[in-house]
Amino acid sequence: MKIEKPAQAGTLESNDIYVQLLPAEGEGIEIRLKSVVIKQFGNQIRKVAAQTLSEMGVTECLCLLDDKGALDYTIAARVESAVKRSLC
Amino acid sequence: MLRRTSLFIPGNNPAMLLSANILGADSVIFDLEDAVALNQKDSARMLVKKAITTFDFSGIEVLVRINPVSSPFWKDDLREIIEAEPDGLVIPKATKEDVIAIEALIEELEEKYNVSKKVSFLLIAESAYGVEMIAETLGCSKRITGVLLGAEDLTADMEVVRRVDGEEIDYARKRVVMACKAFRVQAMDTPYTDVDNFDGLLADTEKAKALGYTAKAVINPRQIDYVHQVFAPTHDEIDYALAILQEKERAFTEGIGVFSYQGKMVDQPIILRAEKIVAMARKLGLIT
Amino acid sequence: MKNSLNREVPFNPYQGIRTLEPRTFEVTKNVISGNKYRESLAELIKELNIKDGDALSFHHHLRNGDYVLNMVMEEVAKLGVKNLKVIASSLFAIHKPLVELFESGIVTEVYAAYMTGPVAKAISEGQLKGMCMLHSHGYRATMIQTGEVTVDFAFIASPACSMSGNVSGSEGPSNCGVLGYAIADAQYAKKVIAVTDYIVEPKDVEIKAEWVDYVVKVDKIGDPKGIVSGTTQITRDPVGLKIAKMTLELMKGSGLLKDGFSFQTGAGGISLAVAKDVFEYCKKEQVKGSFASGGTTSYLVNMLEAGIFEFIYDVQCFELDAVASISRNKNHKKMSAAQYADIYNPDNIVNRLDFVILGATEMDTDFNVNVTTGTDGVIMGGSGGHSDTAAGAKMAIIVSKLVSSRISVLTDKVTTITTTGETVDALVTDRGIAIHPRHQALIDHLKATTKLPIVDIHDLYQMALKLTGIPERVEHEQRVVALSQYRDGTLLDCVYQIKPE
Repeated sequence: MKIEKPAQAGTLESNDIYVQLLPAEGEGIEIRLKSVVIKQFGNQIRKVAAQTLSEMGVTECLCLLDDKGALDYTIAARVESAVKRSLC
Repeated sequence: MLRRTSLFIPGNNPAMLLSANILGADSVIFDLEDAVALNQKDSARMLVKKAITTFDFSGIEVLVRINPVSSPFWKDDLREIIEAEPDGLVIPKATKEDVIAIEALIEELEEKYNVSKKVSFLLIAESAYGVEMIAETLGCSKRITGVLLGAEDLTADMEVVRRVDGEEIDYARKRVVMACKAFRVQAMDTPYTDVDNFDGLLADTEKAKALGYTAKAVINPRQIDYVHQVFAPTHDEIDYALAILQEKERAFTEGIGVFSYQGKMVDQPIILRAEKIVAMARKLGLIT
Repeated sequence: MKNSLNREVPFNPYQGIRTLEPRTFEVTKNVISGNKYRESLAELIKELNIKDGDALSFHHHLRNGDYVLNMVMEEVAKLGVKNLKVIASSLFAIHKPLVELFESGIVTEVYAAYMTGPVAKAISEGQLKGMCMLHSHGYRATMIQTGEVTVDFAFIASPACSMSGNVSGSEGPSNCGVLGYAIADAQYAKKVIAVTDYIVEPKDVEIKAEWVDYVVKVDKIGDPKGIVSGTTQITRDPVGLKIAKMTLELMKGSGLLKDGFSFQTGAGGISLAVAKDVFEYCKKEQVKGSFASGGTTSYLVNMLEAGIFEFIYDVQCFELDAVASISRNKNHKKMSAAQYADIYNPDNIVNRLDFVILGATEMDTDFNVNVTTGTDGVIMGGSGGHSDTAAGAKMAIIVSKLVSSRISVLTDKVTTITTTGETVDALVTDRGIAIHPRHQALIDHLKATTKLPIVDIHDLYQMALKLTGIPERVEHEQRVVALSQYRDGTLLDCVYQIKPE
């Protein structure tokens, strides 16, 4: 399913991640990541975000992430929340 | 499970959720109600659910304060949280009708998710109606394990000013603890909101203990040790309890039914209390 | 070549803790009194005949309020010399102008015990054409005394100085308390220039006129408000406070926290919370210690004034309260870096320490500690007194949150070794306490008599990984930009140039 309605979730506080979902600019799922731990966990953060989007059936979106050291469960929760907000 | 302190943790705050299991409280209350903005209720419940299943809470009681039945959020709170199998729910502004409604939905959800244990309820008595009707409310569900007095909302509802000496909540405190004792559930005292005043915290907790409260909610981790100090049996209490139990053993072997210690008759209630004190002292590592 | 910690180093590899024969050093410098006084720094610098490759030294007692290094280097840059060595005991954000001198090749080597800010970042990025030596506070004195490093010109910011060159750190508008890191420079540099803004016959002379060649007056040598730099506040984070409480319990369990004990802490938020807990414990139990040392803060001063300690031995003031205390309290004593931590001096202060409480950016399962670089490989500090105090103290305790913003303090291999696990005794985190296996008796005792969460460091590491996930290794370039040097001059590790963003 494509993301049509923009939505956000999370905050810029430390240990959190700010997720912005927008309609795709190209094809498929595009993730743009900014993170305070990008060198150590950049790939892992993208993986968790992509996995969560896919589990929720999202096939097309632009996902902007501004991460302040969130653990995997926080990333999943915030992405899931953004998707649900976009769909309602 | 021992519950002397329950620490409120704002449900939408990952930094605080991270340290929930190491701050030393006996029980943590993940708050979906007052600590979460109206437009973040949806995010918060997802975050709390995942936090419960991510961190190791062994030895700590996990509670979730859902939104009140009068709000549009409580059903979604339950639908999200029950799957994570918290130990209990904290029900704000609890009335008999609320508890019955919540229990009905929970029964459905617990079956749906095939949970391994049933959630308990900690009710908050924080309105004049809630306090006045407490006995009726306690009778309506077997899941209730305790009542937390919520003085801030209560005094707002009563339209009186909250005072340092607690005079305005004196009746409410006594009524709630009496109802709890009657129904054999725990009475938990209201949080002490002056977080930098530890002398005041100690005095307030001692007062609650004297009335029969066995726990106090805390809103700042620095309050935890002080509250534990008050609810721990003192050395004198422990020594006395050990002596009573020793005398009981001696009386038993000698075939004596009722005995006295230090000039006072020792009957069953005193023995039971001594056993509780010794059990708690053991649990706290005060005796081996 | 590999050293005994299995790190690649270019020469002089670290071979483990060695006991060195004590050495005393004789100061032979004796400047004949003459016309030392100059009114113009610019003119003096022309007069000095500084040549290519010379070594210029500075102390950092004015910390981030120091003006002298920048003032001197600005004039030196005009001379047309190059390939200079800057031997600064520490470098702060205020020393940013040095970066331009790296770029132009005027300064090609740097020696420091601690650095932060644009200079540290520039060196990490490879802008210094030569090598940067990162050593301990103690080794700075040692290397100057032994002659391993020769200082051609020592520029000594002097809060109070007489026309003849008697210098004190504890008087004047730029009062910085003590000049501990300048003493060796003054005694052994070929030429010593006292740069002052306050001509007076000082009461408490730290640097004698017979070591000083020139005295030059400038408007201001620095801003004392800049002394308070970095964290010198007790943490308010409940997790940090909990770590401090656990540390106190560990100290009590060690049996060393009794009358006559000695103590030093770093200036981090958790370390200071430990100091406060120790203070309260000693007050309550009426324990009277012998001395506290440092790096001094108002917390130590409070403890001295409350009678918890008899003396403070002070090599550097981190705060203005400490500066004020030195002047008014005869039990608050100044010491030089050599007296503090010279490895050839068996009676140095660090060897007399019972406890030192330190921080870490990283630690590995061998108890090696990194305070030189962050987990991203960028230089953000340096040993300072870390490796000195860890080596000397009976109990060196590292305090840190286990995980902070997804970064674990425990790692399999620290990015840079600053202090070796052979000198570290315990790590206290919010999720567990790891004690070095050499202390098995202490571990057994604490497990039997306390409720402290004593765990194996490998288990603690796994706990961290479970929370954060396994981090990817941060890549770096091949070029070595700095060397982490131990108190005996051997090399512990290399610092590599970081990859661009």
